[in-house]
Formats: sequence, C-alpha cells, structure tokens
Amino acid sequence: MAIKTGRIAALRAKRKRNSIITDTFQLIILGGGLIWLLIRGAAEMHYVWQWHRIPQYLYKVIDGELIFGPLIDGLLVTLEISVYSIVLGLLIGLVTAFLRLSDSYSGKLLATVYLELVRNTPLLIQLFVFYFVLGPIFEIDRFWVAVLCISFFEGSFAAEIIRGGILSVPRGQTEAGASLGLSRAAIYRYVTLPQALPIILPPLAGILVNLIKHSAIVSVIAVFDLTTSGLDIISETFMAFEIWITVAAIYLLITISLSVVISRFERYMKRSTLAG
Amino acid sequence: MEQMISLKNVFKYFGEFRALNDVSLEVAGGERVVVCGPSGSGKSTMIRCINRLEEHDDGEIWVNKNELTEDTRNIAQIRKDIGMVFQQFNLFPHLSVVDNLTLAHMKARGLYKADSTDLAMTYLNRVHIPEQAMKYPAQLSGGQQQRVAIARSLCMQPKIMLFDEPTSALDPEMIKEVLDVMIELAEEGMTMIVVTHEMGFAKKAADKVVFMDEGEVVESAPTEQFFSQPESDRTKLFLSQILTH
Repeated sequence: MAIKTGRIAALRAKRKRNSIITDTFQLIILGGGLIWLLIRGAAEMHYVWQWHRIPQYLYKVIDGELIFGPLIDGLLVTLEISVYSIVLGLLIGLVTAFLRLSDSYSGKLLATVYLELVRNTPLLIQLFVFYFVLGPIFEIDRFWVAVLCISFFEGSFAAEIIRGGILSVPRGQTEAGASLGLSRAAIYRYVTLPQALPIILPPLAGILVNLIKHSAIVSVIAVFDLTTSGLDIISETFMAFEIWITVAAIYLLITISLSVVISRFERYMKRSTLAG
Repeated sequence: MEQMISLKNVFKYFGEFRALNDVSLEVAGGERVVVCGPSGSGKSTMIRCINRLEEHDDGEIWVNKNELTEDTRNIAQIRKDIGMVFQQFNLFPHLSVVDNLTLAHMKARGLYKADSTDLAMTYLNRVHIPEQAMKYPAQLSGGQQQRVAIARSLCMQPKIMLFDEPTSALDPEMIKEVLDVMIELAEEGMTMIVVTHEMGFAKKAADKVVFMDEGEVVESAPTEQFFSQPESDRTKLFLSQILTH
C-alpha cells in the first residue's frame, strides 16, 4: 500500500514537472513571438524606442520626496472610478435582478426596459447621453457622470448574472423556507443568495474586470484617468508605443490582481459551503 | 373533535387545466388522513394549497379557524400552524443539519442560538439522528435527510403536519425508517395529512383515507372501510392495481 502511494506521488510529481516545462516552453514561444512582432512593426516604421523617458511619467523624486507622475495620478482616478462603479453597479444589478424576479408588473417592466436599452446600445453613446443630457440637467460633474454611466452599463450585465444565479437555486428551497414561516426577505438572505453566490461569482468576476477596462472610455469626456493621461503624454512626446505598452501593463496588473483575489475568495467560499 | 382543516368547494386551475375540481375535505384535530390516487390526480396540489404554496382559485380553505386569503398576515399565521415535508426533502444544502433546524427559529421567531440549538437537538433525538447534527445534508443518506426534514418542521412546533410523498424519492430500504418516525408522530396525536402510496402506512396509522382522481375527491372513508369495502369502481380499480404487487 505504502509503495503504491509512493509511486503515485512520484508519477504525479513527474507529470507536474512535465507540465511546468511545456507551459514555460509555450509561454516563451508566445511571448517571444509577440515581442518580435512589436519590434518588427516598430522597425518598419523606423521607430526610435525611448524607454528611458518613461519612468518620469510614473514617478519623480524631488528633494528626496516621491511625487507621482501623470500616469500614476491617472491610475488613481481609474481606480477611484472603478471602485465607485463596482459598488454602485453591483447594487444596481442586485436591485434590477430582484425587480425582474418580483411579481410587480411595473417593476418587471422598468427592469426589462433598462436592461434592453443599456445592453443593446453602445457604451460610448450612453456616455454622451449621460454627459450632455443628464449631466447638465442634474448638475453632475464629469467624474460622477463617468461613474454613473459605467455603473448602469455594467450593472445591467451583473443583473442578468445575479438573476440567473438566483433562478438556478431549486424552487423547493424557497418553498421549504416559506413553509417554515420565513419571510420573503429572510428566504432570499439566508436560503437563496448563499446558494446562488458560488454560481454568480465567477461570471461576476469577468464583469468587474470588464468594468475596469471599460472605464478607459471616460477619456472621451476628459476625465483624467489612466487612458487620458496616456493620450496626453503621447500628444506631447509622440512615444505612442512605450506609453501604450506601459498603460496596458498597468491595466493588466490591476485586472490580474483582481482575478487572483476573486479566485481566492471563490475557493474560500467553496470550502466553507462544502465544509466537512 | 373540533375541525383543524376544512376545504370547502376548492377549485384550482393551471392555465386551462383544472387541477382541483370542487374539492371538500374536513380534518379534525389529531386526525391522520392519508391521501392517495394516481399521479396527476391533484393530491399534491391540494395539500400545497393548504399552506399556500399554491393559491386556490375558488372556494374556502380554513386552518385552525383562520381563513386562507390574500392577507399575508393570515398566511404567516397559517404557516406557523403547519409544517410540511417534501418529496425531495428540500434541506438547505449550505447549512449543517443543526443549522437547518435552527434557521427558521432564529430568523422567523427571533430565538437565541443556544435555546434554538437545544430545541433542535431535542427533535433530532426524536427522529433518532442526534449524532448527525454537525454534518451537511449531502453527507446523509436519503432516509436520514428526510428524517432531518421532518425534525426541521417539528422544530417549529406546528399543530398540523403535511407530508407530500415523503418516501417516493427514497431507496426501498430507507422507506421504513422514515415511516417509523411518521408512525411515532401519529401515535403522539399530531394532526397529519399524508400524500403517499404506502398503503401499509395507511392501514397502520391513518384514521381516514381519501382517494383522488382527476382533481376530485372520489372517495373518503375510515381506513378500515376504505380497504374492505370501497364504494367507487375507480377506487376498487386503483386498489387492485396498487395492492397486487
């Protein structure tokens, strides 16, 4: 028995080693190919690389004091927009999902009209509507216009994911809750949502990552986020390649960290629901 | 004995389909009623109407002197009096056995966790599985799950228990352990309405057997009489089919 277990462990380790080697190999080929393409493209254009000029747009040290450059300032605005939009978007999604699942005719109608309108028109046009029409009427400044617009956009997708998750919980669960005398709200809170959450979470993570990327669109209404800062620097320096690559890398860094955090949380949830 | 449940000329439609057709039924306090009949005959629909999991379209339903109406306070009061056990158990899979029992206590009645846990353990003892308290439903056998479901309903101290085909989803060797618990419950004087095909249980524990077909109550008689001298031909046919094997 012990020998057998040992052999299986050795086999597993070997397989793991093999997969690490092939993975690394694939990554080198893929990454190398991409870099080669980029360098070829730049060379064709007789592009002069000036990477040494990039760090000053990230940070400067003046008199021993660290000062953020425009890219980091932009990143902070992007993060700020993202955090507000995530909270607001999830809230909108949750409310919309409940409205669609409710018995109220007008509630259902409202939710459906909102969903169809937002999901079937371009985000750019929605942003213009918010900025030029709703902004002046309600005297909202451009930062909050950006937050609201993105929240409503991503909230519509979140709503459908949440609704799907809730519907995937068998009807018998709600009936059992009702027959025990739990109120509707209590059934949602203690019975339905805890079971829907593990189903909702993975696709919702995708929405959050999208939200961060989509926030780049606020550059068209001159909110100084990461993308706007990048555009600005490019128009001054013509270092399009370096700046765009840097900006993309920063977005990548945030979205990948977010994905890691969410997958950790998912694993934690799975462990706590299937405990024992 | 006074009436606990009373259905008067109840109708229920699913679209065009008439699921309940002029159903009347009287159940006295402490009475055990078995409802049988072919599938699609409206047995489940009838007991689901009694605790408002389905809304009846016409007629009156009275439970413990409260009429079942649109009024949510009435519905809450009636659900307080009734416990229900489902064919598919419907335990909450994300909660441990003991938490399944205490949830409704704490969230619907505002009991403290310690009191609630004591009560839960009392009822787990009654269904003979106190040692499973910390497990999750998926770790239990079907029979154990159904006994937990019974304990969960009993925990709310209902006056009436409804059973909707409680043994139909169980493997044959687990049916007995669930029926035994139900028989014990019957012997303690609980008012029960049981939808089941287990005629052995009916003979042993029921005061009255109701036979339904196509949404109608075809025959309703004391157990003894129901099996020995059924009146309707449809009942005779059903009994001959169900009792021959």
